[in-house]
Amino acid sequence: MKKNIPAIIGLVIISLLIITALLAPLLAPYNPTDQNLYQRLQPPGSQHLLGQDSLGRDVFTRIIYGARVSLKVGIITVSISLIIGISLGLTAGYIGGIADEVIMRICDIFLAFPGILLAIALMSIMEPSLNNVIIALSIMGWVGYARLVRGQTLSLKESEFVTAARSLGAGHLRIMLRHILPNLLAPVIVEATFGMGGVVVAEAGLSFLGLGTQPPTPSWGTMLNEGRKFLLIAPHLTTFPGLAIMIVVLGLNFLGDGIRDIFDPQKRR
Amino acid sequence: MRRYIIKRGVLLIPVIMGVVTFVFLLIHLIPGDPVDMMLGETAQQADREMLRTRLGLNDPIHLQYYKFIKGIVRGDLGDSIHYNRPVLEIIIDRFPATLELTLGAIVIAILISIPVGIIAAARQYSIFDNSSMLLALLGISMPNFWLGPLLIIVFSIKLGWLPVSGMGGLTYLILPSVTLGTSMAAILSRMTRSSLLEVIRKDYITTARAKGLSELVIMVKHALTNALLPIVTIIGLQFGALLSGSIITEMIFSWPGIGRLTIQAIITRDYPLVQGCVLFIALCYVMVNLLTDLLYVFIDPRIRLSE
Repeated sequence: MKKNIPAIIGLVIISLLIITALLAPLLAPYNPTDQNLYQRLQPPGSQHLLGQDSLGRDVFTRIIYGARVSLKVGIITVSISLIIGISLGLTAGYIGGIADEVIMRICDIFLAFPGILLAIALMSIMEPSLNNVIIALSIMGWVGYARLVRGQTLSLKESEFVTAARSLGAGHLRIMLRHILPNLLAPVIVEATFGMGGVVVAEAGLSFLGLGTQPPTPSWGTMLNEGRKFLLIAPHLTTFPGLAIMIVVLGLNFLGDGIRDIFDPQKRR
Repeated sequence: MRRYIIKRGVLLIPVIMGVVTFVFLLIHLIPGDPVDMMLGETAQQADREMLRTRLGLNDPIHLQYYKFIKGIVRGDLGDSIHYNRPVLEIIIDRFPATLELTLGAIVIAILISIPVGIIAAARQYSIFDNSSMLLALLGISMPNFWLGPLLIIVFSIKLGWLPVSGMGGLTYLILPSVTLGTSMAAILSRMTRSSLLEVIRKDYITTARAKGLSELVIMVKHALTNALLPIVTIIGLQFGALLSGSIITEMIFSWPGIGRLTIQAIITRDYPLVQGCVLFIALCYVMVNLLTDLLYVFIDPRIRLSE
């Protein structure tokens, strides 16, 4: 990690995101929903660092509060996806047979929906809200982890330490949770780091389409959607929220690359 | 080869059935009454009953499922509530636009990524290599719903070179294709580079070099052809990402394709159309994945022989 500059940059970016999200009320100069209709669509200036939106709200403040939405969606969604994915992947890989077949065929069905199409389809029948976005993205997100965990479990269950544990009388659940699970966590952590970037983009994408977080909650995707209407006269409304998304995703990609290098130095090129 | 195709085809049946079942259930998973959701709670009772009958919602669920599958087999995806036309007809009208955009994005991605990947691999750790790979990482991290508006600001509003939105000649295609193709270009450049780096360490490349062949011939004729396999796979796999990405890109550029149609159908609560669009996009994706698999076998005879 010491020499891995991109990974350090990634770690700094994500740490800043977490600090920003946690300390939003202290860091933000204004209230994110305070309107000032006399100062609509003002460009960046000394009073309002990143300008004001169509309702005169401070863009900088809303970006700071938007970090909360992104982080919340990212952490909760990835956690739910991980719980489902690891449970099903472990079961499929360890038990094998019909359980494996059924779980993998279900995975295949979910994978037949490209990108965020499944989330879009689910959001079409749910009320657009932050919680529903988390549900939709979790339903979509577990598949990758399940397949990864299954693959790892298949090879790990043939390992000597698993045979040793079994010969010592360890039960299946104990072998799965105490012996196999800790040994497959490294690639899962790498995948989860990249996955979180995907979730941040997906949430913003759904909000951009009007299917996600709803105004006045300050989400970066919602801000981009609002900014789209004022591209001609207020391009700053589009530039800054998008920049925030890109920096966070870049940070997660850097961090993911870095963690992978630590766990698997051979892959470094 | 034929056995492989049949095997892949058979494996696809449960996936397609699963997709069809999910799409069928979509309307039944709506919390509360789907008719309320479509018409609003203030709608007249007579209108609600009419829509319920039209959608077959009064039938028992297994009968609805049977009719749904029978309809799909016959190419009947029902009628759109909003357009009052058969769903499949509307989708077929809009599909060429999505296809044009997707192909445009693939062409742009290939034109950028293959030369960049080759040069980056040939000059590993050079300034070009480092900067192009950093740019590629930026390209992957840049969401298309941000890149699109940025391109509009620069090339349409500030410079006035290209149209802001809509569909027409080639000039209308450029910005949406770049928006959609950038992340694919980024992924492909990285893939081309790493795939080539793996190949150029092989003995036959050393032999080619010892024979006195030029670097260009070695790279393109000897290395690239052997590094093509993962590249083709990525192009195939990325097609799905493009189909999904086209939903957002079409919304940004008011491109009259299936993606925009899907979102408009969601906004107008036109569920038969939503079902049709989701089903159509998913089936296209499944078919492209199958074709990629077959192409993979075609390119690499080792897979064919191991079957």
